Amino acid sequence: MDKTVNQKAWFLVLPVFLIVAFSAILPLMTVVNYSMQDTFGNNQFFWNGVGWFKELLDPTTDLGERFFASLWRNLFFSAVILAIEVPLGIVVALSMPREGWRVAACLVIMALPLLIPWNVVGTIWQIFGRPDIGLMGYTLNSLGINYNYVSNEFDAWATIIVMDVWHWTSLVALLCYAGLKSIPDAYYQAAQIDGASRWAVFTAIQLPKMNRVLLIAVLLRFMDSFMIYTEPFVVTGGGPGNSTTFISIELVKIALGQFDLGKAAALSLVYNIIILIVCWVFYTVMTNAGADRGPEKGVA
Amino acid sequence: MHSIPGRRIILSLFLIFLLLPIYWLVNMSFKTNTEIVTTMTLWPHQPTLANYIRIFTDESWYSGYINSLKYVVINTVLSISFALPAAYAFSRYRFLGDKHLFFWLLSNRMAPPAVFALPFFNLYSALNLFDTPWAVALAHCLFNVPLAVWILEGFVSSVPREIDETAFLDGYSFPRFFVKILVPLIASGIGVAAFFCFMFSWVELLLARTLTSVNAKPISAVMTRTVSASGMDWGLLAAAGVLTIIPGALVIWFVRNYIARGFALGRV
Repeated sequence: MDKTVNQKAWFLVLPVFLIVAFSAILPLMTVVNYSMQDTFGNNQFFWNGVGWFKELLDPTTDLGERFFASLWRNLFFSAVILAIEVPLGIVVALSMPREGWRVAACLVIMALPLLIPWNVVGTIWQIFGRPDIGLMGYTLNSLGINYNYVSNEFDAWATIIVMDVWHWTSLVALLCYAGLKSIPDAYYQAAQIDGASRWAVFTAIQLPKMNRVLLIAVLLRFMDSFMIYTEPFVVTGGGPGNSTTFISIELVKIALGQFDLGKAAALSLVYNIIILIVCWVFYTVMTNAGADRGPEKGVA
Repeated sequence: MHSIPGRRIILSLFLIFLLLPIYWLVNMSFKTNTEIVTTMTLWPHQPTLANYIRIFTDESWYSGYINSLKYVVINTVLSISFALPAAYAFSRYRFLGDKHLFFWLLSNRMAPPAVFALPFFNLYSALNLFDTPWAVALAHCLFNVPLAVWILEGFVSSVPREIDETAFLDGYSFPRFFVKILVPLIASGIGVAAFFCFMFSWVELLLARTLTSVNAKPISAVMTRTVSASGMDWGLLAAAGVLTIIPGALVIWFVRNYIARGFALGRV
């Protein structure tokens, strides 16, 4: 892991730096610019200082209320899907066959939901869940459960959560499976000689070995669920009422629906700062874990 | 010793749970609208290809696929060619600000597209690129270039450094070493990175929809707009959905062992 110091390496990185700067820094500068100004149309702008931020972070105003409502809603959503997907993913990974064609078959089927366009994921669950034409909606209603995700808040939430579990549990399972595969057989043989119980094998061997991949899985799932837009937008459109309006949906409503530039920009910046903080945690975890493993870093 | 009790049942239930909604979509796509609305049938009783035929003959539908493919391919080519040299640099050298830069790249992979929708709209309108595949392709570089750099860095790092040194001792120039030796060695890595760039650009809806209106409208936007406009043509919608799954389903076999690695940015 002894890299040579070479400042000329910057020339290799320069194209990436330029294109990402063009796509990230330039737009963010406009956002910062908007967040400090107010407009009454006609391209006339007025200096507004930190006015929008004050309004955004004050829950008594309309904007602040909407921001905090969607923020808590989003955090609650992330917490629920993590609480379901992580244990379920571990159980599925432990249930995976060891070898043979079955492994390949499982991997292919499990990867399928991950590769479906997000709006089609929404469409699939829209069609699957509708009480009139959907298998799930129809079955639930025939069983006497009054299920309708369009009008009932609880049903809308349940649908979106089940949809996310359907969409992403495979990712957690595949990551855990990769972690499990790296455990040498000798560990299991030693456990057998010691007469360790199934549970002891899990807590003493498998869980510690899955630590790193689990952290990655949790952080990835948190980040992606925290910026979820397309799937709930297609299924519920943020409704009924505002009950499934997550931060991204709220932001797009303000920015592209009402064209309220200042408010949208202030919200964008606060949103981005939250993401940056979580991202920093993610980076630290990944690089530290990478350092522990030494030279085999990056080898699957 | 490795496995848990009842694993077959758990695994089967999970796989059925994954496949059932997809089956329902495929099932719908072969039904007529009359059958969909009037009866609940578990398989198409009067199977029809009419939905697919309409997509392949109606320009407003099939042009959506072509538009999507255009920006996805441009984006994949751009991302990989930009990311390759950078991945090599990150893997082999230490230079001023390397760690910060690597983190900054990651933070862009994680950035919510919703934040960028409006500024991108202004930016690409000002550059006269609005409603062209280039606008979407460049916009998707925001998360795909970092993704490609991270994935490729992992693959380059698994190539022993001695190979570089031997090549340079043998008198290879840097560009020649890069093309003749490094690229063939990490060919599978390039394939995986390209696959993930393709996938993430293909599945993204928000930016693609915001940056296009008529001429470059992607299939995802065609789908959402048609739902609200022409009432509910469920069969057609289902057929369009099935067709968007096909590119992923075609290559899934070849990348099955790399899925976890790609999603974890090459860190598994």
